[in-house]
Amino acid sequence: MDWLNAIVQGTLLGGLYALFAAGLSLIFGVMRLVNIAHGDLIVLAAYLGLTVTTATGLHPLLALLIVVPTMGVIGYVLQRQLLNQTLGDDLLPPLLVTFGLSVILQNALLEFYTADPQKMDAGALETASFAVGGLTLGVLPVLTFGVAVLVIWGLQWTFYHTAIGRAFRAVSDNQDIAQLMGLNRRHVFGLAMALALGVTAIAGILLGIRTSFDPSIGGGRLIFGFEAVIIGGLGNLWGTLAGGVILGVAQTVGAKIDPGWQILAGHLAFLFILAVRPNGLFPRIDA
Amino acid sequence: MPDPILQTQGLDAYYNDFQALYGVDMHVGKGEVLAIIGANGAGKTTLMRSITGLLSNGPGQISYHGEDISQLRADEVAWRGLAMVPEGRQLFPSLSVRENLMIGAQVGRKGPWTLEAVYKLFPILDERKDQQSTSLSGGQQQMVAIGRALMANPDLILFDEISLGLAPIIIKDIYDALPGIIGEGMSAIIVEQDISKALSVSSRVYCLQEGRISLEGASDTVSREEISRAYFGIE
Amino acid sequence: MSLQDYTVSRSSNAARIAAVVAALVLIALIAAPWWAGRAEMRLMGELFLYLALASLWNLMAGYAGLVSVGQQAYVGFGGYMLFALTMFAGLHPIAAIAAAGLLGALASIPVAVLIFRLRGAYFAIGTWVIAEVFRLGFAQVSALGGGSGSSLPVAVVKSLASKRAMREALSYWLALGAAVVVVTAVYLFLRSRKGLALTAIRDNELAAGSLGIDIWRTKFTVYVVTSALTAMIGALIFLQKLRISPDAAFSVNDWTAFVIFIVVIGGIGTIEGPIIGTLVFFALRETLADLGTTYLIVLGVVAIVMMLKAPKGIWGVIRSRYDLQLFPLGYRVIAPKPDNGA
Repeated sequence: MDWLNAIVQGTLLGGLYALFAAGLSLIFGVMRLVNIAHGDLIVLAAYLGLTVTTATGLHPLLALLIVVPTMGVIGYVLQRQLLNQTLGDDLLPPLLVTFGLSVILQNALLEFYTADPQKMDAGALETASFAVGGLTLGVLPVLTFGVAVLVIWGLQWTFYHTAIGRAFRAVSDNQDIAQLMGLNRRHVFGLAMALALGVTAIAGILLGIRTSFDPSIGGGRLIFGFEAVIIGGLGNLWGTLAGGVILGVAQTVGAKIDPGWQILAGHLAFLFILAVRPNGLFPRIDA
Repeated sequence: MPDPILQTQGLDAYYNDFQALYGVDMHVGKGEVLAIIGANGAGKTTLMRSITGLLSNGPGQISYHGEDISQLRADEVAWRGLAMVPEGRQLFPSLSVRENLMIGAQVGRKGPWTLEAVYKLFPILDERKDQQSTSLSGGQQQMVAIGRALMANPDLILFDEISLGLAPIIIKDIYDALPGIIGEGMSAIIVEQDISKALSVSSRVYCLQEGRISLEGASDTVSREEISRAYFGIE
Repeated sequence: MSLQDYTVSRSSNAARIAAVVAALVLIALIAAPWWAGRAEMRLMGELFLYLALASLWNLMAGYAGLVSVGQQAYVGFGGYMLFALTMFAGLHPIAAIAAAGLLGALASIPVAVLIFRLRGAYFAIGTWVIAEVFRLGFAQVSALGGGSGSSLPVAVVKSLASKRAMREALSYWLALGAAVVVVTAVYLFLRSRKGLALTAIRDNELAAGSLGIDIWRTKFTVYVVTSALTAMIGALIFLQKLRISPDAAFSVNDWTAFVIFIVVIGGIGTIEGPIIGTLVFFALRETLADLGTTYLIVLGVVAIVMMLKAPKGIWGVIRSRYDLQLFPLGYRVIAPKPDNGA
């Protein structure tokens, strides 16, 4: 029963990891860019949520209404002003620029908020739980998982049933011809980044409610998101959800064996999958 | 003579340090079908890329509807009513047949070409509309590429080597359909290596040779000999 | 004038002058224990070790195209091997440093087999995951101090040399030696056929492959050798620090962020670049470090601006303006002087 509980908790944790990963996966799919500052942007969203909730007294979930559009705008501006300049055949510029961005973000957050761990207060939501067949499920983890499923469904729908989704796919296929169709690729990339950071904002707020955070945890969140993407397979958002779940389960089962083993167990599961299925479990595009 | 819809003046084009076009002067009239022929590497595709804005050029070298478009981005040129059927089809693999056609209409210009009109012209596309575009045969892909350009309801449509890689019977079918496609008032430039096909549907022809215009003439009166000389650069 | 009158040379006047200057500087540096103070020697030792790390990272990223943000894995590994081998196997510290290199090479082999399945930026993050695995793994080893780390026993420290002044001089010379060895090794490697193959891969992988160059094997070799040398540098670093902990040993900031900064500023893909970058980095650090986080933000901004405006770094700018190459790598065709009236 204990083991079943660990697996269920791990599955729900996977929802949070899938949210970390969704933005990463989207950006790679549209513009083949891997944003090393992605984890720090999740943390930025958490801090923005903190500022909004302390300034307005709003519940963190309501703060989403402000933080999501804000991060969207930040994403659009970031892409058009900085990241668009790094795109091209050379792999170094986007990697090194986003790495520099990561350093800047972490230290800017340190300046503003200090290194003290913070947490958003969501009131009763944090401890509420309900019983299902002998197991106790927390409302927040279930909600997080549900949000992850909804977000991924929403992203899939956007990609395959809207004009902007068509634009994303066309620009990622062939930038030149997409331009002949009247698509301004710099604007399209900006919109993609705005969407990705909007999703990242949701991840950040849910993270900030769930655990305490500080400016240095960005790298760890990036790695979890990245592991979920690789385990699940590139180019497949539902695969990313599966990857998140596998990672979450590996972590909680590892924690059950020895609490200090939690994160290491996740890494080892990732390396195992990398060894036996290098393209992930449900790949759609090549690395 | 009425003002041309598209005109180039002293057009030079460069790929980094390499010059591909030297002072090209050409024009297309409203409702005219123009052929551009030339050997591989003569500069035909470079000319098309310059006109559509994929390649940027010096100021004042290309004008469309009287407006200088030499320095505009490709998407800005597309918004002004210029569409291209690119060399090698270049459909979007992530999009279905229908989605490829729909994205052609991205510029939102009104006109006779709608999804239904394209399906009427090429019924096979209606049958395969939800298939992945790259799973179609070469000839069918060419139809999608042509339909995609038509969906933009352009004033000027460019056909870049549409016979490349296609079986003769398919080429014949497409060229038979061309006069119907290039409807009232639409101008067209047909870039081709297949000279007889190009001459059969056009009213005027330019020949490019090593980046320069080597011949200009009426399609129905220009002689084989003139063409050979201009094509190969023989004096 | 006929073709026979043209000569091909590897060197140039600039390179010859630079070699002489370098030899003079080296002699002065070797003599440092006699003219430099303790703090200055410590600073220079640190500088040499960073130069070595930067040259190695540059070899991997700038030449082999393997961008790693996880080299801290081997820095920490080397440090921990030094502690383990001296404390438990009774090795002399210098022997332990050499052994750390060998063990680092062995450890890097299975790592490479795994992460070479990833490409580009995903490879980069994969190296980071490996570093995290190392960090978490070593934090579990209680014999080495677990999560809080341990100090090098006095007996081990004394075995290096009994007098402190001698120990510090020895540490300094080891660091200087490491920098010289690494830079020389990188230079000689790049001059060799293998190095030419590497440069070909960097410039055009597809073309290089069609010429019969085994790309995977070349990159693999570079990764293993670089990791082994990085482990040795790591051992040296923690010999100087006398204390190790998982967070210090595997710090992304200290062993990757700063190193990347050095290479980007100095000039990636050149041998001169890391040298210039290290000097600039330390100059900035000595002047700005009081500002703490602001200093790091400045570093990040400078790195981004360099990458966008001057991607070839300071040395790249100098090289393109003056066509200089102080470490002669290419071949130059020297035209004969024209005769009068020719």
